[in-house]
Order: sequence, then C-alpha cells, then structure tokens
Amino acid sequence: MTFINYAAREINCKIVYYGPGLCGKTTNLQYIYDRTNPAAKGKLISLATETDRTLFFDFLPLDLGTVRGFKTRFHLYTVPGQVFYDASRKLILKGVDGVVFVADSQEARMDANAESLQNLEKNLRDHGFDLATIPYVLQLNKRDLPTAIPADEMYRQLNYKGEPTFEATAPTGVGVFDTLKAVAKQVLMELRKK
Amino acid sequence: MTDFVLFDEEFQQIKEVIGRLKADAQAKVVFIVDKNGQQIAAQGDLESLDTTSLASLTAGNVAATDGLAKLIGEKEFPVLFHEGEKDNVYIAIVDQRVILVIIFDERSSLGLVRLRVRKATQDLERVFVAIQRKVEEEKERRQEGIDSPFAEITDEDIDSLFRE
Repeated sequence: MTFINYAAREINCKIVYYGPGLCGKTTNLQYIYDRTNPAAKGKLISLATETDRTLFFDFLPLDLGTVRGFKTRFHLYTVPGQVFYDASRKLILKGVDGVVFVADSQEARMDANAESLQNLEKNLRDHGFDLATIPYVLQLNKRDLPTAIPADEMYRQLNYKGEPTFEATAPTGVGVFDTLKAVAKQVLMELRKK
Repeated sequence: MTDFVLFDEEFQQIKEVIGRLKADAQAKVVFIVDKNGQQIAAQGDLESLDTTSLASLTAGNVAATDGLAKLIGEKEFPVLFHEGEKDNVYIAIVDQRVILVIIFDERSSLGLVRLRVRKATQDLERVFVAIQRKVEEEKERRQEGIDSPFAEITDEDIDSLFRE
C-alpha cells in the first residue's frame, strides 16, 4: 500500500525480501546499506537472535530520488526465513508494495525454496494480495557456490509468472542492485495505473 | 487495496491536533505512524530522534501485539505502554488504522497522557474519516477521466532514478 504524502511531496513504498532461512535476505540489505550514499539511507535495523538469525525483521529506509516532484522513499524489509517464525513473517507482508523472493541455489535447499514460495503465496493471499499481480522479482542467490544447481533448472522450478529474474552473489553484491531496481521499477509503474 | 493518501489540509489538521496533545500532555514527542510503518506526522523535540526507525519499530511492535491479541481471542490491544528509567512510551491505536505515539518523562504522568490522548483520538478520528472520504472522491473523479499526477510517469523518469 503506497503512502502518497501530498503535504511533504513524498511517495513511500514498502518492499519485502522473502525466502527460506539462510538464503541471504539480510545479506542483500546489508550490501545495499554498505554501498548507498549516507545521505540517501537511514539506519539498518536488524531484530535478530544472538546468533544473527533474523527474529522479526530487518529494516532499511532508502531515498531513491525525485519523480515528478515527489521524493521516492523505499522501505526495505526482510522476513525471518525459518519455518517456525511464520506468524511474524506474515505480519511483515502487511501493506507490501513489492516482493523479492531470494532463492538459495544449493541443491539441498530446493525443497526449502519451494516451501517458502508456497508460504509467500499463502501469506500474501491472507493479506488480500495476489502473487500473480503484485510487483515481484526472483533472485537466484549463492551462484558462486560449487553446489549451486544450473540457473535454468532453478528458474524452471521457481518461476511463478515470468517475473524478472537475477542471478546473484549477495556478499559481493552481484545482482543485488539489479534486483532492487527491477522491483522498484515495477512498484513505480503500478502507481501509474492508479 | 487503496493507497493511503495525505493532503496538505489534513496534514496541517493532524499536526495541529498532535501539537496540542504534546502541550496538554506535557510530552516530549508525539507522532503518528500508519500501521505499515510509515510516519505520517510528528511534533516535539525530533532532532535527537531517528523517527523513521521509530515508526517502523512501532508498527512492528503493534503488529506483533495485534497478533498476540488475536491468538488469545481479543480484537486488539488498543493501548501499549512501555516504562523506562527516564522516558516512557505510550502507544494508542486510532480508528484501527493509525498509531499514535507519545514519548514523555517525569514532567508528565501516565494518567495525564491517557486523559489527553482520549480527546486527541476523537479529533484524529474525524480527520482520518475526512481523508478517507477525500480519497474516495478522488477515485471517482479519476474514473470520470481526470488523471492522477502519477499517470504521466515515464520509463525515462524511473530509469533516471537509478542512474549512478
């Protein structure tokens, strides 16, 4: 749900990074945070356990610049990926404008990817959204690992609606900004229709 | 799902209401956040505060508490209170949609804040009902062919945001 503030001339949008546990959602945000000009970003907040597993969410506010005289602000969130945090995960999707699904390329995680995608579809539906129509990007992360399965095989298993798909290695930033741009672009395109 | 739109007129009204609340409740800071974590307006000593993070965490806090409420069969917990050594945070849900946050210290008291919030909540509800009406009118106008300012966003506009 985009928040259009005519008084402050701002558009505020919410993007959620979704995916199975340890797929690299937080690493995506961390890389964006590290590589963004300080004037354009706020604090990166991580509500994590002592072992650095996301407990509730990570949050990063970003200013992208001005469109038609309106400042565009994006709030990036991650969800906790571990299966048993479903109640918290669902809360984060409230009012979402765009979703990035971060998939883990390791063969052993393919079932976890599929389960998480199904969970995303269900949780979106519970909030009144439809994965088929919401701005959505697929990221195939951890491409650098020797156990990564071929990208086209992953695409075949995880592609939902022909969404833009990017291969990534989040710790070094490969594909991270391409993914963000693709989802932000779709969110702004949606505004046109409203 | 309808977007949340804030117009200048109502923004001023909201600021006025929370400014009054801040004075009446002798609070340090009063701000309003929507349930998705976007800050709507704030009054008080904001310089030392990261209001964007505050807004997002407050909304997360309310969302988690709402989840708890539903688990035990309550509709919502309309008020949350966090007591600190020096500063306290009082959180109230307005119109089931927005969150009113009051930060106060020993110069005020929970009783006073609670009392003043009640009056402010009624005023805010009126403003948010007016906003809702305006958004619906706007939607109707658009259906009659009057375009939103964003209808003219071009691919070029969007691409320019991402140029290094």
